[in-house]
Amino acid sequence: MDLIKGYAYILGDDISTDDIVPSHTLTMRDSDDMVKHTLEFIDPYFSKNVDKGNIIIAGENFGTGSSREEAVHVFKFLGIKAVVARSFARIYFRNLMNNGIPAISLKWDLNQFAKEDVIKISLLKGIIINKSKNITLNFEKIPDFLMDILENDGVINQLKKKL
Amino acid sequence: MSYTLAEKILKTHSNVDEISPGQFVEADIDLIMVHEQLGGRIHLEYKKLGLDTVWDPNKIFFILDHWVPAPTISAAQMHQDCRKFAEEYGFIHNMGMDKGICHQVLPEMGFARPGMLIVGSDSHTTTYGAFNCLSTGIGATDVSVVFATGKLWFKVPESIKINLHGHFEKGTMAKDFILSLIGDISTKGAIYKSLEFHGDGAKNLTIDSRMTITNMVVEAGAKFGIFLPDDRLKEWLAKRTSKQYRNVVPDETAEYQRELTYNLSEITPTVAKPSNPGNIAKIEEVEGIEIDQAFLGSCTNGRMEDLRIAAKILEGNKIHPKVRMIVTPASREIYLQALKEGLLEIFLRANAIVTNSTCGACIGGHLGVLGPNEVCISSTNRNFKGRMGDPTSEVYLASPATVAASAINGSIKDPRGLL
Ligand code: SF4
Repeated sequence: MDLIKGYAYILGDDISTDDIVPSHTLTMRDSDDMVKHTLEFIDPYFSKNVDKGNIIIAGENFGTGSSREEAVHVFKFLGIKAVVARSFARIYFRNLMNNGIPAISLKWDLNQFAKEDVIKISLLKGIIINKSKNITLNFEKIPDFLMDILENDGVINQLKKKL
Repeated sequence: MSYTLAEKILKTHSNVDEISPGQFVEADIDLIMVHEQLGGRIHLEYKKLGLDTVWDPNKIFFILDHWVPAPTISAAQMHQDCRKFAEEYGFIHNMGMDKGICHQVLPEMGFARPGMLIVGSDSHTTTYGAFNCLSTGIGATDVSVVFATGKLWFKVPESIKINLHGHFEKGTMAKDFILSLIGDISTKGAIYKSLEFHGDGAKNLTIDSRMTITNMVVEAGAKFGIFLPDDRLKEWLAKRTSKQYRNVVPDETAEYQRELTYNLSEITPTVAKPSNPGNIAKIEEVEGIEIDQAFLGSCTNGRMEDLRIAAKILEGNKIHPKVRMIVTPASREIYLQALKEGLLEIFLRANAIVTNSTCGACIGGHLGVLGPNEVCISSTNRNFKGRMGDPTSEVYLASPATVAASAINGSIKDPRGLL
């Protein structure tokens, strides 16, 4: 896993896992049902409009709150390719990586990304290119052992090989 | 080299000669706590590994607490999946669903001891730091990794030293302090950091109060919140475990990213306004806001000192006719003690509803779900949109004293005049 291409979907600061997967859906047994409620309080049409291949670009403290991993599973289910945020809540960061979704920390400005911008990311080089705005930004490269988790599409697959 | 508490404990649990912030280590886990998540995501993830054992069934603490007794068919099914898994893999410390909330029951039973490294399938696992151990929350996949290997990678955090001095004034509690701290450093002020609580003020705090503080450090983004050992802790542990433990103290010359000092006597009643725990206000700014519900409970504030102060305020009074008050003791042990001390009778005579020990209303699951546009004052730790019910409902986080005072008054009220 190195190159990722997709379209930007912008979210703000302090988006919590309660926002991504509201508590009232947590006992639902069917993923399809749960996924319909993704971010419903912020954007009621999110699960309908989100495209396979969207890249989330968010503000500070993304994924704050509960450890519920469903808040990553719904993104995986919806085909989100990567999450770029100014900062991540630590459990959410781990949950993304563990499920093979790159979590990229990047201090970005509001004029650098807009909804639907065409984005290209090279994980190995640590660069993110906004093709629509013609800008290139650098981020701190992901450590090798986390890259290995991503290459395996998640830590469970990686562990399976080792066992 | 000199080390902080987080560095010391991570070092003794990993195979490294030296340790410093930013370093990645693989550490041995002493104990893992799991709750309903087991029947939610964990069992699905773990099954993918195709293993028929776990690394150590003696190091898993399993409890059902969020939705007990099951309020819906799907919750009951989740419990069935949990029980089946726990049985299949031979979990030794299977607590069932009658004991109360994980973060209260685990320490109460002596499972959290100084020097340990504990993880749990819940973000408020930070609570056990009150017992001089390192503990933090992880997601379902990480739980599966621990189930399989007993190990987990950690990034060694920088630490923030918090010096506490003095005592709280009457009517002010640990909740007011931790909310003030979150207000000062913000909800991202401690991301990936360990908060270390020092000073005579820390020693003055009851174990109940320390737990309220370490419970909510995660609301400032912290990975760990940890207290130093002292006689109070020793006494507490003596009543609950005969297991050996080793106290851990930081080196005097340990390096901190930042230092903050608080005089507890200067803390005043504080609340978090909707819909973020970092939206902090002094009680004066919110007094008079009308409420529909007052909730006293949760792993943040459902302990004896919380119930006692609320009962003191409620004794001989009635809850405002427009308000419903729900009291949920954090564990069965607390429920029994409150029963013995006559506190439950005080709550019931004041027209409050007393429920069994569970997360219940805290997570908007059952036993007090909020309807559209309702306002709740709550002793819990999170007030995100829809957390306790309908997305248009609003939650103010406050101390048990403020919750009780507001319940009588019908609107948010400063408790200091009532004690
Ligand atoms: S009481 Fe609330 S915060 Fe505590 S474990 Fe239960 S749901 Fe989580």
